[in-house]
Order: sequence, then structure tokens, then C-alpha cells
Amino acid sequence: MHAVSHRFTPDDMAVIAAALAVAGLDTIEVGHGDGMGGSSYQYGFAAATDVEYLRAVKSVLTKTKLAVLLLPGIGTHRDLEKAAKYGADTVRIATHVTEADIAAQHVQIAKSLGMEAICFLMMAHMAPTAKVVEQARLFDSYGADVVYVTDSAGALLPHQVGERIAAVKEAVSVPVGFHAHNNLGLAVGNTLAAVAAGASSVDGCLCGLGAAAGNAQTEILAAVFDRMGIHTGIDLYKVMDAAEDVVQPRMHRPQIVGKLGLTTGWAGVYGSFMLHATRAGDKYGIDPRDILVELGRLKTVGGQEDLIIDVASRFAREAGDSGKHLLQRI
Amino acid sequence: MRKLKSAILGPGNIGMDLMYKIMSRGKNIELKLVSGIVAGSRGLALARENGFETSLDGVESILADPEIRVVFECTSAKAHLANAPRYEEAGKVAIDLTPAAVGPYVVPAVNLEQHVGGVNFNMVTCGGQATVPVVAAVNAVTPVEYAEIVATLSSKSAGPGTRANIDEFTETTADAVVSVGGAKKGKAVIILNPAEPPLLMRNTVYCKVQNPERIARISAQVGLMVEKVKQYVPGYRLRLGPELDGDRVIMMVEVEGEGSYLPKYSGNLDIITATALATAEEVAARILHSCPQNRGEW
Repeated sequence: MHAVSHRFTPDDMAVIAAALAVAGLDTIEVGHGDGMGGSSYQYGFAAATDVEYLRAVKSVLTKTKLAVLLLPGIGTHRDLEKAAKYGADTVRIATHVTEADIAAQHVQIAKSLGMEAICFLMMAHMAPTAKVVEQARLFDSYGADVVYVTDSAGALLPHQVGERIAAVKEAVSVPVGFHAHNNLGLAVGNTLAAVAAGASSVDGCLCGLGAAAGNAQTEILAAVFDRMGIHTGIDLYKVMDAAEDVVQPRMHRPQIVGKLGLTTGWAGVYGSFMLHATRAGDKYGIDPRDILVELGRLKTVGGQEDLIIDVASRFAREAGDSGKHLLQRI
Repeated sequence: MRKLKSAILGPGNIGMDLMYKIMSRGKNIELKLVSGIVAGSRGLALARENGFETSLDGVESILADPEIRVVFECTSAKAHLANAPRYEEAGKVAIDLTPAAVGPYVVPAVNLEQHVGGVNFNMVTCGGQATVPVVAAVNAVTPVEYAEIVATLSSKSAGPGTRANIDEFTETTADAVVSVGGAKKGKAVIILNPAEPPLLMRNTVYCKVQNPERIARISAQVGLMVEKVKQYVPGYRLRLGPELDGDRVIMMVEVEGEGSYLPKYSGNLDIITATALATAEEVAARILHSCPQNRGEW
């Protein structure tokens, strides 16, 4: 929901989920873009509560698994319990690529609640493969059902995806997944590189509707996998219809690789920073690209949206100061 | 001037940082004993080098020493839950640096006066110590409908205890933002960042306020509060704001550690030990002044 500033209503979600279910998708993740408990000043307030979204979507699903996202440090065990209570089958637990150990308790709680636990190593471009492997092993040891390499910044190149996936696949006892962003225009290509290297779960969004330049487009993945002879169980016409007839009318802007999405990927910055940087750029009169590049230089991680204001206000101050110097010289 | 004798239970990072702080600026408090349970601990060796008594009997050696009036609990919530009633029975004041919360949350700049006669003081969390004063300052000017805090710590400064139970941090901090900070609702987020060199502890506070037009007074009040906290946490500073953005006031505070034992980027640990010492100093001052036999005059 990053791309719509978390403003989908429970009805929007139910309609989209129903279309996806008809198209034959395996698992549908719903909720705030920063997961359960993500509705906030820091990340933007959602149009409804986590429970309202879950209820609405659960009511239209029969076979399709319902998933939620949980970022430890934002959401807590209480959110997990809530998700289980309202029918979530799966939780995707995401940490920064070097911080898997903060999720140990959540994986264990999810398992004790009978949920499938899919563990995400976010911002996987920021750590060398050996580190990604070490952290994937941790998730495996906590009881993860699937371990994901997550390219949250859309910064990985296909060979880097392949290298990470192959190494993780080799190291863990569970299936491996990949989550792409399209900031460098590589979401579909990277997803294919991941599958070639052994990933068996991949993520997509209808119309690619996701943070920054979005994710891999589900409808394109369905068509490409079909051409490759990979069986996904997705009905191609129905998933195209879902994208074009259901999601597209609800989008705030076309999901393209614009200059800000491209900068996000090039600078290696968490995808959801893009819209926040745009707003801060407007407010302080700064080119949002400068903000994004600085956030990359500062090695920010997912969730540090507050730093955007800090950087923008610093740039504005500096610009003001140099403006004054100029005047004095004149 | 007479000083009240204290002990540290738990010679880990927090315990050691506290030891050096007591050595360098204890006025009413002095350290007598550092106690642990692990033979060969580096902390106990350091304590001995600095001339303090040490013990491997954990809480028992502290309870057995009637001279010790103040105990700094630097163990775990579980240990403190077991120890707290025994300290009280033995007439010792407990400064609790664990998340046990047996006693009230204490944020010295905000509510120490109201609890100073107590026997058990909980230090909340690092994020709580850094942000609750700011929320309270805003709330003193205009009612805070909702306060949200985001604490960003360097990965290196987040120890295994914090990592294994990160929900404890968010829940306790959000709780203190309401119960001590005065916000009607509270939320807390914690983020760990592994960047090298490690970043300083940073805390962003967002307050939804009833009267945003009072921003000038909010600024003045927050400024005063930051000075107040700085008196016991020297590396505490306002980095941004208060700044009005729609219906919210944004502030950022940063904590640079003193580097007494832990590195400067461990501002999150520094603020807890500095707060614990400040609390103990106030409590000790009260005890020393209220009971004549403690003044050493009799």
C-alpha cells in the first residue's frame, strides 16, 4: 500500500483479493506497507485498522492463504496474536538483512499460533552474500518455513540476485524466496534470476503497485512463467483482468520507473522512502533525489523515514546559509 | 561528606558503565560491591582493579551486607522480579535497570520528585528516557493527543537481551510515553542500523497536539526540558525542532555516550546508566538529609 500512501479501504482490499483468488494466486498479503502496527506518523496512517483489513479480505477468501507482514520493532507479538485471531494463515516476518535475531521470538510465536512463518532479509543489497547466508541460517534455526532474500531498494542486479539465492538455497533446509522491486527496471528479470538460482517462492503485485517503482508485476510474472513452462496455477486472463480492471482504477499514479524510483534503486534506498522524500522535498524546496542519495550515503535501513525530515531540513539550512554568503559577497 | 554505599548486581556492559560513572561523579553515592555469578568475568576483574569488593554470590552477598543501602540491578527482568522483595525486606533501595517494572517508571526530569520516597525505581527503556521528557514538555504547553517515538540505535549497541525481546522495548516505551509523558495515546518504534561507523542514538518524537499555534511556547518548554535532562545525561541534545508539520510537532533528540566505559555510540546504554545514577543521587540525598544518623553527625 506504499504506492497509495496506505489509503486503500477494506472494501478496496476485499475486491482486489477476491479478483486475485479467482485468478488462482497462492497467498495474498494484506495491510499497511510497513506491516501490522505500521499505521503511524512515521510511515503514514492507513485508512483502516489492521483488523478491518483482515476481516474484509478473509471474508472473500476460501482456498487462498491470507498473509500479513510484521516488522519486529514496529509490530509486536500482540499484532501476531491479532492476525491469527482474524484468520491470517501466514506471517511474513521481515528484518534488516543483518538483524535476523530480533525476529526469533516472533517466528516462534507465529509457529505456536499455527501460522506459516516466511522470513524476510530486507535490503539484501547492503550485505555481502556471506552475511546474507549467515542471517538466513538464523531464520532457518528459528523455525522459518521459507527464507526470503528481499531487494527492498530494488538495487540488486541479476547476477547479485542469483549469487545470493544460490548461496542461501545451499545453506538452509527450507524453500527460498525472492522479493523484487523495479527501481532499476529489473523486477521481472531479477525474479527470473532468482528462480534460475533455486528460488521457489516469488512475490508480485498487480500492476507492480508497490513502494517506489513498485514490485514485479504479478500478471507479467504469470505470463512469463507460463512461457517458461513453470506451472503457477494462475489463470492468465483473470490475473490480467484483476490488474487492469480492479487495481488500475484505484491507483493514485501510473506505476512507472520515474526519476525518483530510479534514484531510489540507484542510491540503494528503502523503497518506501520515495514518497516521503518527495513530500519533504516539496516542503523544504530540495530536489528529492538529493535527499534519496544522501539517505543512501548514510546507509539508512528500512523504517528510518524520520531521517528524511532530518536530511531535508539540514539541506534547506545549508542552502539558506550559502544563499546568505552569496548575498554578503554581493 | 558522608556517602551512601551502593552495590551493582550484574557486572556486564551496563554494570561496568555505571561503575565508572559512580566513580567519576558520585556525590551522595559511592560504590562498595560489584556482584556477579560468573567466575572469570571481565567486569568483576575491572571492579577489583578499581578497588571495589567483588563477589560471585550474586544477590546474596548484597543482602548480607547491611552497609549497602542502594542496589543497582543490572541483571534481567526475571532476576529482578525475584530479588525486588528481598531488597525491600532488607531495607535497600533498588534502582532497576531491567524491564521488570516492579516499581514505578522513573524519568528524573519529569517525575522523580513524585517518587523519591519509594524503594524501587524502574528506569523504563533507553528510548523512554530519551523521549518521555520531550513529550512531557509538549504536554505541559498543550494536551498531547497522541505521541509517537522512533528510536534508532546502532546495531552494535543493542545487546542480546534487547534483541531477544524487542517487543518489551516498544511496549514499555509506549506505556511510559502515556503514563509519564502524559500523552493520551502512545506508540513506539525501534530500529537497528548496522552502519559503520556506528551512528549515535537518535530519537524522533511526533506529538499530535491540541493547540499547534502554541509552537513558540512548545519550543521554549522543550528547550528547558532538554537542558534539564542534559544535567544528568551530558550527551543529550536536541537535533531538530520542535517543528510544526500539519497537526504534528516533530522533534529529534540525539544521545552521545560519555564514553566512560562503553563507546560513544552507545548513547542508548549511557542514558540508562546516567539516569540510574541521577535517580540514586536524589534518593540518597533525601535519605542522608532526612535521617540524622546517616549524616554522620551523631
